Amino acid sequence: MQGKAHKFGDNINTDVIIPARYLNVSDPAELARHCMEGIDSEFISRVQPGDIILAGANFGSGSSREHAPIAIKAAGINCVIAKSFARIFFRNAVNIGLPILECEEAVEQSDPGDTLEVELATGEIENVSKGLSFRAKPYPDFMLGIISAGGLVDYTKQRITRGL
Amino acid sequence: MTLAEKILAAHCGKDKVSPGDFIDVRVDLILANDITAPLAIKEFERLGAKRVFDPQRVVMVPDHFVPNKDIPSAEQAKLMRQFAQEQGLIYFEVGAAGIEHVLLPEQGLVLPGDVVVGADSHTCTYGALGAFATGMGSTDIACAMATGDIWMKVPPTIKFIYHGRPRKWVGGKDLILYTIGEIGVDGALYAAMEFCGQAIDALSMDGRFTMSNMAIEAGAKAGICRVDEKTLDYVRPRARRPYVVFEPDDDAEYAAVVEYDVSQIEPQVAFPHIPSNTRPISQAGEIKLDQVVIGSCTNGRLEDLRIAAEILKGKQINKNLRLIIIPGTQGVYLNALREGLIETFIKAGAAVSTPTCGPCLGGYMGVLAPGERCLATTNRNFVGRMGSTESEVYLCNPAVAAASAILGKIASPEEIA
Repeated sequence: MQGKAHKFGDNINTDVIIPARYLNVSDPAELARHCMEGIDSEFISRVQPGDIILAGANFGSGSSREHAPIAIKAAGINCVIAKSFARIFFRNAVNIGLPILECEEAVEQSDPGDTLEVELATGEIENVSKGLSFRAKPYPDFMLGIISAGGLVDYTKQRITRGL
Repeated sequence: MTLAEKILAAHCGKDKVSPGDFIDVRVDLILANDITAPLAIKEFERLGAKRVFDPQRVVMVPDHFVPNKDIPSAEQAKLMRQFAQEQGLIYFEVGAAGIEHVLLPEQGLVLPGDVVVGADSHTCTYGALGAFATGMGSTDIACAMATGDIWMKVPPTIKFIYHGRPRKWVGGKDLILYTIGEIGVDGALYAAMEFCGQAIDALSMDGRFTMSNMAIEAGAKAGICRVDEKTLDYVRPRARRPYVVFEPDDDAEYAAVVEYDVSQIEPQVAFPHIPSNTRPISQAGEIKLDQVVIGSCTNGRLEDLRIAAEILKGKQINKNLRLIIIPGTQGVYLNALREGLIETFIKAGAAVSTPTCGPCLGGYMGVLAPGERCLATTNRNFVGRMGSTESEVYLCNPAVAAASAILGKIASPEEIA
């Protein structure tokens, strides 16, 4: 997957990703309209389908609201690359099929607007604009299976169908 | 093994687990609320599941936006209510309910040695009872509702030892804020925090709930206290099923051991916009306030209200601010009423609300306008947490909140004659 980078700092919490006043609905398109509104009210007008978010440490900290990765995915973001993720956000992103990768170097050496190419299965990240390559820690197989299936529910359904 | 490892091992049929192990854990209780349950129910149905694994082990509590603040919230609460009725789940209606993390221990639904997963990040509160309790998202909860188990990675445990006696007006809130200030909001990322030492032994159960509640604010997966006589005194009259008390082994391996002398800790205030931005009250400076909130899953228990009432008794709050006090449950509310605390609050000029999460997450019942500043006994002070992105939230204990409401600015209880 290839997309343009948007960059954020450390400790981006789920309250700024999707403020609680919008949690009275769960429709992904509606949530996407307010994605990142708490930190960048113009993000949603700049983002293009297939774009990538770069962020610092502890991305997605705070509330367990799954509405946060849902809003990011529905806003058209294909992948979040951060120095580290908060643990509930990590599970939620995998569970709803939003690809996320941990790679400190890629975040540090890339700028907003750079074009990045990501290979999920291997964890390879290429900064096409700067001609740099990075490697994120790859997922355990079962987690890659969840992401490839589109999320935990579809993965579980596939397993049931295959009788696993 | 550490306390967390002991509990997890017992719930995955293994003699021993180690940090980093992926395990399939049997859960004793599953929780969702009016914000997270609707998504979980949708995923549960998409999964093709028909019945939850055990209706007496799934609890749904409307608390975030109830009594319904608007039509979409009413629709979400209705969806959850109908599902709970159809499935025969444990469900608390408005009037019987309260804030989930104050309510479940009070009702004896969480017990020592349990593994609890909840679609709410503050599920870690139950660690105060010697349970392994952790927050997750709605999809995880949907799958757990169907199967009764869930995958986990065994976390490393960091041991926090609190030595000495706390100063007057220093409570569980100050110890945990101080800790977060020291280690940072990702200082215990993915780890289990184990709280122990003389100062934890001396804390009431209410104070321990406050500490475990905010483990998530250090990034932790769980915040666990050891079980002692106080725990058992709390649990015995409430428990309606058997439970197991686990203790850490003497040779347990900890990722780190952190020790504090609590006699050196003042009441703490977390400045905007991150809970680790703490200062001792003596260094708070001149911070004028528009609103003070006392309540939430962090500090909405009876002890918290007693402390606030002790300071507010016979006093008037500052005319330039609003004081909003929210008992955590109907049980807390009724006890506060019987003890005369509610009368004290109303006479002091406070608005007292039915139990709700309401203002803590900027839902309703105390949302802030641009430029407004609030001091709250809640757990998060992120940008826009309580309303406008141009408002500010400061975090503190109930004594500091009450004193500040009287003086109109962030103030120490020592300043109240």
